[in-house]
Amino acid sequence: MGKWDWQVFLEDPGGKIPTYWQWLVSAWGWTVSVSLCSLVVALVLGSLVGVIRTLPDSPWLVRFGNAWVELFRNVPLLVQIFLWYHVVPKMFPVMSGLPPFILVVFALGFFTSARIAEQLRSGIQALPKGQRYAGMAVGFTTPQYYRYVILPMAYRIIIPPLTSESMNIFKNSSVAFAVSIPEMIQFAMQAGEETSRVTEMYMAVTVLYVISAMVINRIMAWVEKRVRVPGFVVAGTGGGGH
Amino acid sequence: MKKQVLALAVMVLAAGGAFAQANDTLAKIKSTGAVTMGVRDSSGALAYTIGDGKYVGFHTEMSERILADIQKQLGLPKLDIKRQLVTSQNRVPLVQNGTVDLECGSTTNNATRQKDVAFAITTYVEEVRIAVKANSGINSIKDLNGKNVVTTTGTTSVQTLRKNERAQGIDFKEVMGKDHADSFLLLESGRADAFVMDGQILAGNIAKSKAPADFKIVGDALSVEPIACMLRKDDPAFLKAVDDSIKRQIADGSLAKLYDKWFMQPIPPTNTKVGLPLSEATKAAWANPNNKPMEDYVKK
Repeated sequence: MGKWDWQVFLEDPGGKIPTYWQWLVSAWGWTVSVSLCSLVVALVLGSLVGVIRTLPDSPWLVRFGNAWVELFRNVPLLVQIFLWYHVVPKMFPVMSGLPPFILVVFALGFFTSARIAEQLRSGIQALPKGQRYAGMAVGFTTPQYYRYVILPMAYRIIIPPLTSESMNIFKNSSVAFAVSIPEMIQFAMQAGEETSRVTEMYMAVTVLYVISAMVINRIMAWVEKRVRVPGFVVAGTGGGGH
Repeated sequence: MKKQVLALAVMVLAAGGAFAQANDTLAKIKSTGAVTMGVRDSSGALAYTIGDGKYVGFHTEMSERILADIQKQLGLPKLDIKRQLVTSQNRVPLVQNGTVDLECGSTTNNATRQKDVAFAITTYVEEVRIAVKANSGINSIKDLNGKNVVTTTGTTSVQTLRKNERAQGIDFKEVMGKDHADSFLLLESGRADAFVMDGQILAGNIAKSKAPADFKIVGDALSVEPIACMLRKDDPAFLKAVDDSIKRQIADGSLAKLYDKWFMQPIPPTNTKVGLPLSEATKAAWANPNNKPMEDYVKK
């Protein structure tokens, strides 16, 4: 396939941004922003839905939680992005003023929240029933025993799948290109077309994706080690995310 | 270990063979009795789909005629024409790797692309224009200051737009649609105030839209671009066959009739007219068949 030409990154794309590498950095910024914002949305909503799916004596809340997970887990991500971008603003005119960035963050956040909810549910259900009863027995209200007994252990159990999910969100953010977010895939397509150096563009983008995902992986590994409870069986291994 | 080396050698040989064959498209067509043409789904009247896997348009029909001529030239009793949908982003790689043999859509012939692929003679000269909502009050590129301007990812219009932006000292927000239909949808839904793209793509999209009277095309041409069929590089026999067929179509007037059919008469699916008469630039290209890249047009 001919020789590499890395100097292409020093060329001038002819706009506000003086060189291709600076454009790439800005695209990376978009990828990171979309991913981190979506991750926050996903963690908050996912925790909420995951908890209500395990509530005792609230069949309707549990059903709502189940419906949430099935809805957002069973519709392909790209379809969800288009729904948020083209359909939702038509149904709720208030939302047509929102920038595409917010809509993409919602789409990616809601999609991932269903997966996190499912993980949290399995984490909570992995705990022995006795923990819940013990909490009740010492007189905690439901929010209290979730806060002080169940959730601290459940979150520790699900750190490995959460790590995968956080890395996934970085990779899934690439679909944002479909709704005009100038992130890295969009950069690779456009810059590749302009310079005829598609391979170099995609390689640079790949390296940045790997770096971003690895940083998340290391952070989560550090968190896992940090919050480890000595003697608590599932958190015993420390290290890696998988 | 020896077996693995042998397997590897066989694979390399097979790959080499495939490469050798890929550069002689006529031989490939003759031996397989099949050819793959690249088609577009929303490149205005040049090439688009009317659904149901049917691809039509000026360049689509022209390339069917080219392939019919090639079938005659090769003396094939039957030629199986496969249609492969391509996009602005994947058309060059798909032609390069042999998935598509001949792509006649809305590909601009420019010097950058000539490094990767070959172009037949120019059959249509495109002018990049600005489409806006009729009531937007935008009349030229200067009015775009502070506006959202959409253009399609993977097209040359993006660069044209950026260069104009810098040259004229205006500041607008660039939005990138993933294909022409998507870009037009952004204009239609008000997410973008203007859509900068090839004039006929704009005209075609407006003609197909729900309310064509709501849109208009304004301003001078931002750039002039020769549009041509794209094929694999370093395949002179196939290039000549394609060029000969196009020259034949120009000479006997059938290409002009074809232009009239797609640009001046009502076309499916909505039976509306694009209404874009044959431009002087296109007439000139037909009179002097050439495959000069876009850069040569700028110098004139």
